[in-house]
Amino acid sequence: MSALATRARAFAAFWWDFVVGDDWRIAVGVVIAIAATALLAHTGVPAWFVLPVIVVAVLAWSVRRAARRAVDQ
Amino acid sequence: MTGWPLAAATFLACGVEAVEAATIVLAVGLTRGWSSAGRGVAAALIVLVAVVAVLGPAVSALPLGALRIVVGGLLLVFGLGWLRKAILRAAGYRALHDEDQIYRRETASALTASSRSAFAVPDVYGFTIAFKGVLLEGLEVVFIVLTFGTNAHHVGIASIAALAAIGVVVAVAIAVRGPLTRVPENTLKLLVGTMLTSFGTFWAGEGAGAHWPGADASLLWLTPAVLVVVLAAAGWLRAGRRSALATSR
Repeated sequence: MSALATRARAFAAFWWDFVVGDDWRIAVGVVIAIAATALLAHTGVPAWFVLPVIVVAVLAWSVRRAARRAVDQ
Repeated sequence: MTGWPLAAATFLACGVEAVEAATIVLAVGLTRGWSSAGRGVAAALIVLVAVVAVLGPAVSALPLGALRIVVGGLLLVFGLGWLRKAILRAAGYRALHDEDQIYRRETASALTASSRSAFAVPDVYGFTIAFKGVLLEGLEVVFIVLTFGTNAHHVGIASIAALAAIGVVVAVAIAVRGPLTRVPENTLKLLVGTMLTSFGTFWAGEGAGAHWPGADASLLWLTPAVLVVVLAAAGWLRAGRRSALATSR
């Protein structure tokens, strides 16, 4: 791998780690939650509850998964 | 969110980042000398100013709806990441963030690392560690100031609060000349994670077209609700861990 490719990879890894962090599933859950809110709001149905519900579910799922992995190790 | 709530939220969030950066710079400065550490800090500040110069106008130019989705989404990802760590630490699944331990680790590494000079830097190791520490934590400060400030249309207040937080931390660090161990960093991180998640949920929801009952006032129930969920999750995981440990004995 060339030095330029190595640096580009390191640069991308830095930003991935900075923005996404330890669990990429959280970022995916946030994107899904915002998309679901936008879709529901577009139909005229009250959509404010979608984000808090999905956010709580994603957080609970992520910490439970991390705790299980810690126990298994 | 305007005035004092904005200033308080920004001050707390940026204060936590400043404590982490100060610990690294102190460890490097006191063991490897201040010349290279100081240059590392200065270089990181120059990069951060460049980032603000590029990102600031770009963020301000976004239409409000798109800005709220992007900023709210990023705040949510950041906030949930902080809360995830805070819950796992509170439940005992992850080591507590210990500034004293980090300081000792950085000091031990700094004492054993070889010394090499390059360009105008007498000690590349000291320069690099100080540069990375300030740049990483500084990027989070920039992100917090830009997102909180732009959304509330008060970048000035957010900037002043951030500078005040950094000023207080630097002044205390200079006075103590050691790790800021008395700062309840884990508790602060839990509170800041709660704020980032609450504001992120609110702004992302508004940007996506949702109408919150009570408009801005919904933050008054949303923030405590997030905190209750976080504390409940930590308690639930802690109880599960105790029961698992009791079963394994």
